[in-house]
Amino acid sequence: MTRPRIVQVVAALGVAALLAPLLASCSGDADDGANQGAAEGEPAPGVTDTTVVVGTHHPLTGPAAAGYASISAATSAYFAYLNDNGGVNGRSIEYIVKDDGYNPATTQSVVRELVLEDRVFAVLNGLGTAPHSAVLDFLDENEVPDLFVASGSPIFNQPEKYPWTFGFNADYTAEAKALATYAQEQHPGATACLLGQDDDLGEDFGAGLRTVLGDDGLASEQAYTTSNPDVSAQVAAMKQAGCEVVFLAAINAFSALAVGTAAKLGYQPQWLSSSVGGDYGTVSQYLGENAALLEGFVSANYLPSHFSETDEWTTLFRQINDEYNEGAPFDGNTVYGMSVGYLFAEALANAGGTPTRQGIVDAVTSGDLRGNGVVPLALSTTNNGAYQGVQVTVVAGGVQEYVGEPYTAEAGDGPVAPYTGGPVALEDDGVPTS
Amino acid sequence: MSAHVPVHVHGSWRRPGPATRRLGLTVAGLALAIGATFVLEPYRAYQVAIVAAYLCATAGLTLLVGRGGQLSLGHAALMAAGAYGFGLSSNALSAAGASGAVRLVVPLAAGVLAAAALGALLGAAGARLRGPYLAGLTLAVVVAVPAITSTFSRTLGGDRGLWIEIERRPDALRPWVGAEQWQAWVAITAAALVLLVLGNLASGSAGRQIAAVRDDEAAARLAGIDVTRVKVVSFTLSAAAAGLGGAVLAYVTQIANPGAYSLVFSLFLVVAVVIGGLGSLAGAFWGALLLVALPEATTSIAETLPVSPTLAQRLEGNLALLVFGLLLIVLMIVAPRGIHGALARARGALRRRWSARGPAPAPAPVPEGAAARAPTTG
Repeated sequence: MTRPRIVQVVAALGVAALLAPLLASCSGDADDGANQGAAEGEPAPGVTDTTVVVGTHHPLTGPAAAGYASISAATSAYFAYLNDNGGVNGRSIEYIVKDDGYNPATTQSVVRELVLEDRVFAVLNGLGTAPHSAVLDFLDENEVPDLFVASGSPIFNQPEKYPWTFGFNADYTAEAKALATYAQEQHPGATACLLGQDDDLGEDFGAGLRTVLGDDGLASEQAYTTSNPDVSAQVAAMKQAGCEVVFLAAINAFSALAVGTAAKLGYQPQWLSSSVGGDYGTVSQYLGENAALLEGFVSANYLPSHFSETDEWTTLFRQINDEYNEGAPFDGNTVYGMSVGYLFAEALANAGGTPTRQGIVDAVTSGDLRGNGVVPLALSTTNNGAYQGVQVTVVAGGVQEYVGEPYTAEAGDGPVAPYTGGPVALEDDGVPTS
Repeated sequence: MSAHVPVHVHGSWRRPGPATRRLGLTVAGLALAIGATFVLEPYRAYQVAIVAAYLCATAGLTLLVGRGGQLSLGHAALMAAGAYGFGLSSNALSAAGASGAVRLVVPLAAGVLAAAALGALLGAAGARLRGPYLAGLTLAVVVAVPAITSTFSRTLGGDRGLWIEIERRPDALRPWVGAEQWQAWVAITAAALVLLVLGNLASGSAGRQIAAVRDDEAAARLAGIDVTRVKVVSFTLSAAAAGLGGAVLAYVTQIANPGAYSLVFSLFLVVAVVIGGLGSLAGAFWGALLLVALPEATTSIAETLPVSPTLAQRLEGNLALLVFGLLLIVLMIVAPRGIHGALARARGALRRRWSARGPAPAPAPVPEGAAARAPTTG
């Protein structure tokens, strides 16, 4: 039986390889390659006279879904609003959202599907440092615009190494420096500690804190992993170390867990959280009836506050949420998702009547985009990060509102400076025009 | 699980030795498959690479379980060992400034070695454990993977995984060969190597010893077979093949992370080789193909179902599990020897109709392939 078996294996391999293209759903030429950026004047992949197709990977299932699944729905709702108002340069935007369960292995295959099968024009707001770093090289090699990644990791701001990739979130180090500066002003001489996620989030945030507080400015540094939902040991250690001020570099679920665990131990430090895990709307849902524990909770933010009754952006987004998002809970994620959509629409409008992949990257780095944050966009030809400044928010009476002035902070160990230019004003009802 | 060793009738004409013939066929098949990647779309080429990587693992597993009777539920952990071995060594070489072929070949070898070392340990335990106890041990190993990566998160990157600096395709090839196509080449070559080595082993005296140990240990000992050695060696080889699969997967996806080597995936591997046809390398191929084709087919089915988007989303991951389970049940009733067994039987029936007697000619590959495509067309 030896001969036929190997013959079968080899034959099966060969035949399968030969027949595979017949099985492949014929989606155009095999050689119009996602590998070549479209030449000037030719329509880019994913762009027709009437549509622009973009895609993303988000955790719709799995451990991170509860904190983030509502973001892509909000972005889609904003695009629906935009399309109803004429789209961008006569083109409507189609947004393909694929679930990767926050698992980098799955991200690999869904992003390849987006780029090679669905032929998206760009990837927009891929979520998560770990999942997205798995596809960085792939997107770079295929020269796909990789716009506004949902992470504040400096990995996504390397114009030299990854010219096609642009971050969206406020840089983790910038956030940390602004929060540390605020803590020094409000609680001079207090013992400071850090509870951070066991990856770039915790590491970069810690590095930012140390540039302001000094190398021995943190009395205790604790880390957690997302696969182990128990932080009692870490919280107990911080209580033991006498921490009066605790910085949180955690995702929403773990911010809630830390606050709840500390309360059980009768320990109530002053929390100062990264924007990643500091959205009151989301964290309070985790805490349920114990949401009152968040009184005085300090966090960073750089987008319009979802509590504001007066902010024009918030008002518009609330309308869009009611009309196009089935009135889903309106929280920081909603504002975030719609802000991402708006920034992309702005970039597309600036890319001209015939958008190309190079064209939209040029538009993003041109310095003409405004965004909708409390500080101006930092995007330039030498900076691939969208937001590099934050303003401090404090929870008072169940409402999370901005206090004081925003800070701008350069990435790395650059200085922190107050910014007095005021937030970006709403124009054209949030429908960008070129 | 009975042995699958029918009497083989040799043709009357003289042929070169079986090893030489197998080498020739492997090289021919390899050339054919590599040539075929030129007409594939990039996404299909990527899928071919994944199938080939899985094939390395299923080939080793099917021989271990089918021929050796050692049930391993932890082969995903061995793939993980291969992936992390590849990642750590590739990153170390990159840090040392190495580039070129050495940065591809050495990490692949390191992945194989890492998995083989873990496999030797399991094999040594397996020599003392039987059936369900060995299955339990291997299960424990795969369950421990996330804990191990979290414990050594500084080195292994925790849940986020280990991001790998890899050697991309040679510059000289870039105008003609796409990135995915190159990955497919690397993966197909690895799979061909595994099939060649395991095919030779299974058909030689080693294969007979492995089967003898499975059938009756006491008799094997009386026949002078060192039972412990056979068990350890067969487990180690199977692990090495899985390690190469994991290393190739790490090369293609540029990351080694615990999420890719979960318990569920480990069980999928076992189900895949059973459905493909236990103990045969062709069956391992069908199993690997199913692992890639089924989830994709079920996803497209889920998309066409007239259900609400939220339900479709829930179905997406779980429908594949359901179909896999149903397929397993139906196939075990209809064709206990899996896809490969069913095909072999169909071909035997055809051959008997064509020639009432006399030596059987070598089967023509094309009709077989064509016939085999029908049930797996997604």
